[in-house]
Amino acid sequence: MRNIWFFLTGIFFGIVMTKSEAISWFRIHEMFRFESFHMYGIIGTAVVLGALIIGAMKRFDIRTIEGTPVTYTPMKLSIKRHLLAGSIFGLGWALIGACPGPMYVLLGHGYWIFLVVIAGAILGTFTYGLVKDWLPH
Amino acid sequence: MLELVNQPWHLTLIDAVRQPWHWAVSGAAIALITFLMTWLGRSFGMSTTFRNTCTLLGADKVSEFFNVDIKDEMWRMLFALGAIVGGFIASQYLASPGPVAISEKTIAHLQEWGIAYPQGQGFVPESVFNFSSMKGVLLAVLGGFLVGFGARYGDGCTSGHAISGLSHLQLPSLITVIGFFIGGLLMTWVIMPFLFG
Repeated sequence: MRNIWFFLTGIFFGIVMTKSEAISWFRIHEMFRFESFHMYGIIGTAVVLGALIIGAMKRFDIRTIEGTPVTYTPMKLSIKRHLLAGSIFGLGWALIGACPGPMYVLLGHGYWIFLVVIAGAILGTFTYGLVKDWLPH
Repeated sequence: MLELVNQPWHLTLIDAVRQPWHWAVSGAAIALITFLMTWLGRSFGMSTTFRNTCTLLGADKVSEFFNVDIKDEMWRMLFALGAIVGGFIASQYLASPGPVAISEKTIAHLQEWGIAYPQGQGFVPESVFNFSSMKGVLLAVLGGFLVGFGARYGDGCTSGHAISGLSHLQLPSLITVIGFFIGGLLMTWVIMPFLFG
């Protein structure tokens, strides 16, 4: 019953995203205007502590509950692709003030407009699936 | 702030949780999620749920990109479902006493755009994004579209690249995050003034 753990971690994620105010359009807008340290503090702390945790798990061979070592499948480095893809994502992130995780959390808050946003995201994903062979990778 | 009053300890705890969290507490909580996901043998990533939804809607008949075994993706869908439930719980029981306290400069700038602050909890500018505004609905679709398209093209979003990828010290993730900022700054400083200014 490992799946129940993912559900529970998801609930915790929803609460953390709310209380950190990372789901706030206003916080994202403020971040891109460099008018507050708040979002940079959150992301910075999460990355530094995350890197320390992952590093320690690898260094001391702390295994997953499946008994496998902690690994990561590296992506092929393509600067053009990642800059282009990241920029497209960033345009949407700044406009709607939410990345995929917060979109779900905001739906839970009852902001029904995010049904439209998520529908747009699904449409964007579908479009990528159709045109991906013509894009630089 | 918190006062010592005659109430059961768990209510005192809930009162503390209800306050907006300091960025360091928030960052540590996200790192805890990174740990939990890694320990559970998976890596944190939300945008793949959109691809799974495409598959569930039959997109695998149109493109092999959507040939996904949904059984292997159940964990991710349950995580997203949990995120919705977590948002609901937070809105019902853990709402902050006041709206999101963004900086005075941002408030003044948004006033120039006619975007009132605060609105509700300060999560969404509902005067812009609402169902009675055609412009708002179109921008909601467009914003979602760009996020969905860009996340798939870059093979990950904020959780996959900025949190998981950077925690694993991945260079492609760093470049993607730089891209997030190129796009975000372009939207905030160049395009949004045309849309709202």
